[in-house]
Amino acid sequence: MEDKSKKYWNPYFGGVMLGLLLLVTFYITGRGLGASGAAKSTVVTAVNAVAPDHAHKSDYYSQFLSDDKHPMNQWLVFEVLGILAGGLISGALSNRLKFKVEHSPKITSRTRLIMAALGGLAFGAGSQIARGCTSGAALTGMATLSLAGFVAMMSIFGTAYMAAYFFRKFWI
Amino acid sequence: MGPLIPLGIIGENWNNLIALLIGMAFGFILESSGFSSSRKLAGVFYGYDFVVLKVFFTAATTAAVGLLYFSYLGWIDMSLVYINPAYIPSTVVGGVIMGLGFIMGGYCPGTSYCAVSIGKIDAMVFSVSMFVGIFVFSEAYPLLENFYNAGFLGSPTVYESLGLSAGIFILALILIALGAFVMAHFVERKVKKVDY
Repeated sequence: MEDKSKKYWNPYFGGVMLGLLLLVTFYITGRGLGASGAAKSTVVTAVNAVAPDHAHKSDYYSQFLSDDKHPMNQWLVFEVLGILAGGLISGALSNRLKFKVEHSPKITSRTRLIMAALGGLAFGAGSQIARGCTSGAALTGMATLSLAGFVAMMSIFGTAYMAAYFFRKFWI
Repeated sequence: MGPLIPLGIIGENWNNLIALLIGMAFGFILESSGFSSSRKLAGVFYGYDFVVLKVFFTAATTAAVGLLYFSYLGWIDMSLVYINPAYIPSTVVGGVIMGLGFIMGGYCPGTSYCAVSIGKIDAMVFSVSMFVGIFVFSEAYPLLENFYNAGFLGSPTVYESLGLSAGIFILALILIALGAFVMAHFVERKVKKVDY
C-alpha cells in the first residue's frame, strides 16, 4: 500500500482553503497575497547596502526607500518568511523534506538547473514589469475582479500554453 | 466592518505578525496541494496534472464570491481594498515574460519559495535567479520607464470594462471554472500518466 503521508490534498479542497485565506487576508489587511514583492525588497535592500548613492538616485529603487523605515520592513517580506515556514511544516508532516533536483528522467539535473535559472530570470524581470506575479497580480487581482488581474492571468497562462510545445522535452 | 487594519480596528503594529501568520497558512496550503513540485505544476501545460488549474481557479472564485458577499452585507468597505491598477501594455508584456519563465522554470515566485522550504535544489536556483532578474529590470528601468507607465487606466474592474454587472460576471466565471474542471477531468484520463 502506498504511504498515505505523502499524499497531497484534494485540489478543490486546497483551492477552497486558499480562497478562504485570501478572503481573510482582504478582510484583515485590505490587501491580498503576494510573493515577488519580497524578492524586490531584498534586491532594493542589497543594492542600497552596496551602493546607497546609486539606489537613491535610481527612479526605481528610490520609490521603495524611506528614511524612517528599513526597506525589509515590508508586509510581503514577513508574509514570505511565513511561506517558507508554512511550506516546511507541511513538508515535514508529510515526509517530503529532501534535498533534490526534481526533473524529468529524459533530462539531466544539469539541464534542469539551467532551465530553472533561465525561468527564474524571466519570472523576476516579468514580475517587475507587470507589477506583480502569479500571486500578487493574477490570483489577488482576480479575487477583486480587477481588470489588471485578469489580463495578468491570461498573459501568463496563455503564453505558457503557447510555448509549452517548444519546451516539452524538458517536462515529458 | 472591515478591512480591519486600514480602519484601525487592529493596530498597525500587528501588521507584520499577521503577515507572518498569513504567509504560514499560504505556504502550508500551497505545499499540501502539491505546489512544491515543478513537475506537478508543469502538468497543467501538458495535460497530465491539472492541479494548478483546479486550485487556482477554485481559490480565485471562492475569494471573489466571498468579497462580493462581504461587500453586499456591509462587512467590508471595498473602497479601502487594494485593487490592482491597470497598465495594460506592461501587464501583457510582463505576463508574457512570466509565462516563458513558468514553462522554462516550472515555478512561479510563491511556489518556488514553497519548494525551497522542502529542499528542492531546482527551486533554490530559480529563486536566486529571480533576484537577478529583478536586479536586471531595476537597472534597466530608465530605459523602460515610459513603457512601464504607459496606458494607465486607473483601477477598473473587469466587469465594468466588459459592461456587465458584478453578479452576472461572477456567475459566468463560475460556469467557466466548472466547464474547465470537467474538461480537465477528461483530458487527465486521456493523457498518459507521468510519474514524479
